[in-house]
Amino acid sequence: MNWLNTIAILLIAFLAVFLESYFRALRNVLGAQIDLLPALVVYAGLSAGISTVALLATLGGFWFDSLSTNPLGISVLPLFVIGFVLHHCRDLILREQFYAQYMLGLTASALAPLLTLLSLIGAGAEPLLSWWSLWQWVVMALGGAAFTPACFYLFERFNRAFIYPPQAQTSFRPDREIKRGRQPHVDY
Amino acid sequence: MLKRQYYMTVGLVLLVVLVVLNLPDPRAARLKLAVGGLFLPLFGIAGAAHNLVEQADRTVAPRSTLLRQIDDLRKENQLLREQLMQAQEAWRENTQLRQALNWQRRVPWPLKLARVIGQDPANWWRAVIIDVGSHDGIRTNMTVLTAEGLVGRIAEVALYRSHVVMVGDPNCRFSAQVQDPRDKSVVAKGIISPSASTLDRLLVDLIYMPGGSLLKPGQLVTTSGDGGIFQKGIAVGQIVDVRTNDYGLNLEARVKLAVNLNRLEQVWVMTQ
Repeated sequence: MNWLNTIAILLIAFLAVFLESYFRALRNVLGAQIDLLPALVVYAGLSAGISTVALLATLGGFWFDSLSTNPLGISVLPLFVIGFVLHHCRDLILREQFYAQYMLGLTASALAPLLTLLSLIGAGAEPLLSWWSLWQWVVMALGGAAFTPACFYLFERFNRAFIYPPQAQTSFRPDREIKRGRQPHVDY
Repeated sequence: MLKRQYYMTVGLVLLVVLVVLNLPDPRAARLKLAVGGLFLPLFGIAGAAHNLVEQADRTVAPRSTLLRQIDDLRKENQLLREQLMQAQEAWRENTQLRQALNWQRRVPWPLKLARVIGQDPANWWRAVIIDVGSHDGIRTNMTVLTAEGLVGRIAEVALYRSHVVMVGDPNCRFSAQVQDPRDKSVVAKGIISPSASTLDRLLVDLIYMPGGSLLKPGQLVTTSGDGGIFQKGIAVGQIVDVRTNDYGLNLEARVKLAVNLNRLEQVWVMTQ
């Protein structure tokens, strides 16, 4: 496991949760706050190990709930389910395509609040739901979708700058080399 | 085929979530405050940066603007002095009448200024975080208000910050009364609750008012003092429209909040 990448993902998740709470300009303009955690979970699910996905979902969910009225831990499972499914199907997904990243971000950002709301209602909480919530859901999905390719780009740059890529094994074997040309003739 | 590591990770996450969700309320609240405490340095840095920008803005303000502000403040000061003189007279008269009727003396609200440092990141709650906590004498259920009217109540208190659930949040339902704007008499009482049928986030519903109450748009809605959390007479908003419910058995009104909850910068906490 690449720990530097995992630490970077967790650090960005921590900052993302803080910024979601601190910056209210977007909420004042659009009427909804964009959640950046599903986009990070998409990146982690497709590019990191299952342990990183679990850590991100658990810590990210706890951090998010600690600044919210949500019961602590309610956001963890929705994030983990999304990350787990993506990690499981990562070989079937063209993760380097912009369109795929966008669509996965859209789906994850739309699913995460829905699953969280279902968990909240299941836990007996009474979240604020009205027609306005539909607009907020659309804004969250589109915002998360726009952030996902940016997230892939940023982490690609980060990995290129700070992490050595594993050296690819060459198929060349020196002991199998056919040496052509004149060879010194030896008589025994 | 899932690998063993998958099973272990899923099991571990499920276990952690189940344990945390099933913690007793006081322990869960303490854990939540501890986790939220990790953000304190960031809020501190952001607040300091905000103050720095404000100070820098003040130092480069042009002289003409400052002179205009001084002029405005002088005028406002004069107006407030006149109002204070009138209020002092009314206060003296009020005290005399209370003594004559043997009523309990009304004490002024002790208030503490707080800055709004964050908002609930989830869109399905209406809550903000303020920069005062138990260190400043803040306790749960204290009233939060601005000069315009009621903001909400304190829901959770950490050492240096508190969580405020605002009017219109499902966790901030309370009893309110409708006053006639002319003679300030109480027209009806009801419960303030979130509005599900509107796109305007500054509208809330006033429900369970007796049918036949003489409600009209523009009437003032204030806290009724019932329920023991909010003091009586804090402005909540104004009635926008009224509709009958349950075959005329009771009335419901939409109330436009007096405070713009989307643009809160500073609030007062009633430390009583």
